[in-house]
Amino acid sequence: MNLHEYQGKSILANYGVAVQRGIVVDSVEESVAKAKELTKQTGTEWFVVKAQIHAGGRGKGVITETGSNGVVLAKGLDKVEEKVKGILGGHLVTKQTSKEGKRVNKVLLAEDVYYPGPTEVKEFYMSVLLDREKERNVIVYSTEGGMDIESVAEHTPHLIFKEDIDPRVGLQGFQARKIAFNLGLSGDAFKGMVKFVNALYAAYVGCDASMFEINPVLKTSDNKIIAVDSKVSLDGNSLDRHPDYAAMRDKTEEDPTEVEAGEAGLNYVKLDGNVGCMVNGAGLAMATMDIIKLSGGNPANFLDVGGTANAERVEKAFRIILKDPNVKAILINIFGGIVRCDRVAQGIVDAYKNMGSIPVPIIVRLQGTNAAEAKALIDASGLNVHSAVLLQEASDLVKSVLK
Amino acid sequence: MSVLVNKNSKVIVQGFTGSEGTFHASQMIEYGTNVVGGVTPGKGGTKHLDRPVFDTVADAVAKTGADVSIIFVPPAFAADAIMEAANGGIKVIITITEGIPVADMVKAKEYISKYNCRLIGPNCPGVITADEAKVGIMPGFIFKKGNIGIVSKSGTLTYEAADQVVKAGMGITTAIGIGGDPIIGTTTKQAVELLMNDPETHGIIMIGEIGGNLEANAAKWIKEHGTKPVVGFIAGVTAPVGRTMGHAGAIVGGENDTAEAKKRILRECGIHVVDSPAQIGKKMAEVMGVKA
Repeated sequence: MNLHEYQGKSILANYGVAVQRGIVVDSVEESVAKAKELTKQTGTEWFVVKAQIHAGGRGKGVITETGSNGVVLAKGLDKVEEKVKGILGGHLVTKQTSKEGKRVNKVLLAEDVYYPGPTEVKEFYMSVLLDREKERNVIVYSTEGGMDIESVAEHTPHLIFKEDIDPRVGLQGFQARKIAFNLGLSGDAFKGMVKFVNALYAAYVGCDASMFEINPVLKTSDNKIIAVDSKVSLDGNSLDRHPDYAAMRDKTEEDPTEVEAGEAGLNYVKLDGNVGCMVNGAGLAMATMDIIKLSGGNPANFLDVGGTANAERVEKAFRIILKDPNVKAILINIFGGIVRCDRVAQGIVDAYKNMGSIPVPIIVRLQGTNAAEAKALIDASGLNVHSAVLLQEASDLVKSVLK
Repeated sequence: MSVLVNKNSKVIVQGFTGSEGTFHASQMIEYGTNVVGGVTPGKGGTKHLDRPVFDTVADAVAKTGADVSIIFVPPAFAADAIMEAANGGIKVIITITEGIPVADMVKAKEYISKYNCRLIGPNCPGVITADEAKVGIMPGFIFKKGNIGIVSKSGTLTYEAADQVVKAGMGITTAIGIGGDPIIGTTTKQAVELLMNDPETHGIIMIGEIGGNLEANAAKWIKEHGTKPVVGFIAGVTAPVGRTMGHAGAIVGGENDTAEAKKRILRECGIHVVDSPAQIGKKMAEVMGVKA
């Protein structure tokens, strides 16, 4: 589950990580009052106005309606309303969004932290995530902050450092010091960074995150170390023990059909092809998508119906797949093990009848327990359904209906 | 011979009296698996499915001599169950549970590393040695005895492959479902190695998917040490970048864990890769010189 920048920052602050202070605004009218409130805390009347969407590249991204960037500077209280107006309610297109962009429902008004002072301002990169290969958490950091880390990895890989964390003992003091030294820090900034690293790691562990990325981590001109941005993903399997974080989910950031499918217990991912599919099991579902491609189509979705493919679930799955106007055919691929194929077939027939009509051809492939009975049941139903037993037959049928 | 489980395996079920545990334990017993008892804390001393229930794994091991455990415990408590099994003396721990928090698995895997045991899964269909022992949730009847071993991250895709192998005139020694989570006990490479060392297994089917580099590591090992033909399939050519496809581990993170990249590495390492999952059995038969 992904969080917004402001949500990630609030978690960080709770763990004692110094963050760029800010206030969330969801209407233009309240923006000036909120800005004044923030000024009382920070003392500055310069603000950064940041669109809150689940996608990177906001600073260079553009609001379709106004031409504003997704992150802009308001140099004074009198500029706040105009800047917020340019972002809030618009659609932000970044290199990580679709062409339509994402609607901005909230902006974060944040203090300007790039103020001049006795030393040079520096931007670093830091993230904590799981290293699947080593099966432990790793802190990735770089002197090259504030830019796309993928491009740093490509052009200057020697400037990216990694520190593994031993799961038995967690992050140790020497590791935090090593990170601060490698970032070239000394004095107060060094001390600040050691504290920052410890608090960041504690936050990552404490909220069962799968990724906590801070880019940039800023060394201010007066040698403070603060998080200026946050990109956080939480482990969906851990949310039961974190009801407070689970409540941070913003469904407006997700595809509405995917949200609906999830609520019905279906694992569905929307894709942009022309052949829908309904499968039991994630691996077979991916394999079925690949079969569709090999048959000359493109998968319109990933959909795992799970272990119980009864009439109710099949009907729900049909309705979800058919919401996509690009779907020209549907391939149902069920390998019945403990689930009996004839029951699934009956479920398909019942769902079909309940829905009255389904405007696209359906190919049903049922294999495993009672597959022959299932085929007979489908064939005798008189519905516009092509049945297959072997996976290759299903593939050939997809090819023929697409012609 | 066979690997991991056989007719002599003494199996206990953790989460024995729950609905999943009860259903699948019954199916396993029906298949002929030697289920010697189960563990449900607080229900020790009772009987379930005509077998003794114990409060702890250590108790169950002491009283029954169990060496294999299958775990159906809910996700929030499953990592604890894995560690209890290792600590209790179980040698093969098969974890079916889906949805265990990753942080729990990082700790559990580190914890069990000091014990002489092997973890299979989590988020897997289990292990079946045809005609000997089914320690999992797979439909047993598909797995006719033969000399092909299967290693797979996916449940239904394993059934699909086994079914194709049988229809192509061959059969199965042991099928190992290693699981679809980011952190799993036994890697593709380790499972392939077990089958390479099994004299009864003459050919291996390796089924992978997007995400991580388990298949690539296995392929490199096979290139160095392989003595038997391997047919490979990688699911998810059409999966988009950055989206989790059902299995928690099935997500393309970079250019090296796409299905295409994995297939390329597999081919370079001499594995017979099929593009279509409908061709797994046919390709195995061709490689083995078997006529259907």
